Amino acid sequence: MARPVQYNTKVKMVEIPEGYSGEGFYATNFDKAIGLARKNSIWPLPFATSCCGIEFMATMAATYDLARFGAERMAFTPRQCDLLMVMGTISKKMGPVVRQVYLQMAEPRWVMAVGACASSGGIFDTYSVLQGIDQVIPVDVYVPGCPPRPEGIIDGFMKIQELVGNESLRRRNSDKYKELMESYGIR
Amino acid sequence: MSLTNERIQQRLTEKFGDVLTGFEEPFGLLTFTAQKDYNLKVMQFLFDDEELRFRFLTDITAVHYPDRKNEELAVVYHLHNFQDNIRLRMKVFVPVASPKVFTATKLFESANWMERETYDFFGIEFVGHPNLIRVLNVDEMTYFPMRKEFPLEDSSRIDKDDEMFGRGGTF
Repeated sequence: MARPVQYNTKVKMVEIPEGYSGEGFYATNFDKAIGLARKNSIWPLPFATSCCGIEFMATMAATYDLARFGAERMAFTPRQCDLLMVMGTISKKMGPVVRQVYLQMAEPRWVMAVGACASSGGIFDTYSVLQGIDQVIPVDVYVPGCPPRPEGIIDGFMKIQELVGNESLRRRNSDKYKELMESYGIR
Repeated sequence: MSLTNERIQQRLTEKFGDVLTGFEEPFGLLTFTAQKDYNLKVMQFLFDDEELRFRFLTDITAVHYPDRKNEELAVVYHLHNFQDNIRLRMKVFVPVASPKVFTATKLFESANWMERETYDFFGIEFVGHPNLIRVLNVDEMTYFPMRKEFPLEDSSRIDKDDEMFGRGGTF
């Protein structure tokens, strides 16, 4: 009799990074090993304010299943998260809140602006709306669309994975990064 | 006999005479203009009077008419009589140089936030308001966005090509 629970035999594994291996040992550099671990276990912090947030809910749910990319755990506490996903119109009054959430996240941290409003203000070219969240925090990946389809959000997420996986461990200590933070008045 | 617009107008004219002008009834809603120093007195009368009983403040807002000299800003009050289910609208005109009217917070608690909002967007100064600060916009905002001398678009935006939006440029 067939078992009621079928084990998933089509488990996909990530490829072993480049390195030296021999009998009983395998050596690679930290950048690659840590990058591999990080990029496949990103904890996103959804900051959803409007319709892009609805698309994100679809992205998280069964059909699109963001968890396949190792982003199983949505956390709503900035202290534990790696990726801030800003989805939706950010008004000028909300700007300091986004910034505060970003500041509370521990390094290394990444930011994804999902949709036209978060990226550029979108159709809300008006006195009360922030014209893109990159006015208050640095952004790594912009996802275009109004709102973007879940495929678009997943594509953006994979771009983030690429960045995370290839990031040098020294990047966050570099002068260039410090300069970037300085230009946003952070620290 | 239920209250009618004619009866309200008659009672108001008996009491205030020339202070109230411009009576009209667009879409059946009694509308009139009061002199700016009398807004509170008229509302108090409408509130206290046993026949009129306008004891609910539906809304306060303002309108900017840049072409009307010395009465550029209109403060608009919407009042409601629940018992007879009848509404009215009162306008008060003030000059944009000194947009001061008396606060209605002593009469209606709900006027507090409505007046803050009207101050926020039109810069109407409600004399005697307990806490007249911005309520919806950022505190750092230095202007009153719904006044017509200010552009509606965010001026910090540099990537928008006006020609693409059918304004300015070579069109």
